[in-house]
Amino acid sequence: MADESYPDGLKYHPEHDWAKIEGDEATFGITWYAQDALGEVVFYEPPEIGAEIAKDKPYAEVESVKAVSDVIAPLSGEITAVNPELSDSPERINEDAYGDGWLVKVKLSDPSEVEQLLDAAAYRELLGGD
Amino acid sequence: MESTAALRRTPLYDSLVAAGAKLVPFAGWEMPVQYEGVRAEHLAVRSGCGVFDVSHMGEIETSGPQALELLQRLLSNDVSELEVGGAQYSVLCREDGGVLDDLFTYRLADQHYLTVTNASNHESDLAWFRRHASEFDCDVADRLESWAMLAVQGPDARAIVAGLADGELPPRMRTATAGFACAPEALVCGTGYTGEDGVEILIAPEAALALWQALIDGGAVAAGLGARDTLRLEVCFHLYGNDLSTDRNPIEAGLGWCCKEETGFIGSDVIANARAAGTAEKLVPFALTGAGIPRQGNGVIDADGETAGVVTSGTLSPCLKRGVGMAYVRADLARSETEIEIDVRGKRRPARIESKPLYNPDPQER
Repeated sequence: MADESYPDGLKYHPEHDWAKIEGDEATFGITWYAQDALGEVVFYEPPEIGAEIAKDKPYAEVESVKAVSDVIAPLSGEITAVNPELSDSPERINEDAYGDGWLVKVKLSDPSEVEQLLDAAAYRELLGGD
Repeated sequence: MESTAALRRTPLYDSLVAAGAKLVPFAGWEMPVQYEGVRAEHLAVRSGCGVFDVSHMGEIETSGPQALELLQRLLSNDVSELEVGGAQYSVLCREDGGVLDDLFTYRLADQHYLTVTNASNHESDLAWFRRHASEFDCDVADRLESWAMLAVQGPDARAIVAGLADGELPPRMRTATAGFACAPEALVCGTGYTGEDGVEILIAPEAALALWQALIDGGAVAAGLGARDTLRLEVCFHLYGNDLSTDRNPIEAGLGWCCKEETGFIGSDVIANARAAGTAEKLVPFALTGAGIPRQGNGVIDADGETAGVVTSGTLSPCLKRGVGMAYVRADLARSETEIEIDVRGKRRPARIESKPLYNPDPQER
């Protein structure tokens, strides 16, 4: 498992999701903290491509050996891609939460929602770090 | 969420933390759920050797001229068949046949037995033993504080333990006293909860740390309760509180084999009737045929779309790489290869009832 990190270029949702914003498109995933709290991810249930997802609402499920957890959408939009690697190798979420472990790509319906997300420093503060 | 304030710790607590344990509250104890990871620990036990700290498990010692008579009254199996140096599995039942606990009993000497309890039931088991002991000439003693317990499991377990012990290890379902460098007299039992060969070692609490370290140094992998649960479920061993409870009798739980009603144990009348008449539901193992992981409490759906049972244990099997579990289902469905669905939080997952065990650790029978 990778070391704890919260990259500066990403935006964060308090439910421990990250979003990488590129214009009106974004990639979503869960943070290092989330995957650590969950433990070994053994199953990922992606949404369907084309599904509409809403900020602050669950859009997918990740399941570890002992627990299942909803994944909360950091922003609203339409699913344009799901990570095809995760059906066979859900452990990528643990190994590389911000890279190979990405969950979905989304066409944002309201890019102004980005302003409500946290930057890395604010998210680290939320976690009680320094 | 249980408070961590009043949790008990085993004698190994500090070294478990040092070994990287992730600790969780379990039955009033602060116990290691995992170290490196459940899957890796599970596979280590299947392919080599794992060591589990199971010191939270309780022990009740029954001794005296009528120790056998008391145990025969309480335990479902025929305790008179238990020889000195033997081990026997049984359930403890109420008058109505509801299961209070499932237990291993070891006969240490002629009038001297040691019964291992589940941590969550130890106090109530002890009270039950004492309540009935007054009718018999025997002593019932709480030995929870007297023993730490390490389970050493896997194909390499015996070799690793044998390298540390001064005597012969007992075969399966037998016990032996063995000396270790750290403890002159430990009780080694050819039992376990993983389906693998191996032993469980009861040892003085002050010596447990040294034995733990020697086992790790000898090649055993520290394994937690998470792996213990996935291992036992692959071989369809019951977990009290999931698959067994006071609402279920041993016949519907598939434990009729350890019930000898002719001994007249408490609950035997009800159990004899259940055996003769059959039960409305039966506990069966199942495996999902596609994606998903069943969990305790998920509904079982029959071919007509009706709810026909409930999952009592479920996980992703590390060896089979499929969602597996055990469920109480309507008796007419309780045949292997019956197609069912599991309602996993609103999604119906196709599944099939299987025969026991779900995974066979013995390669010749796999």
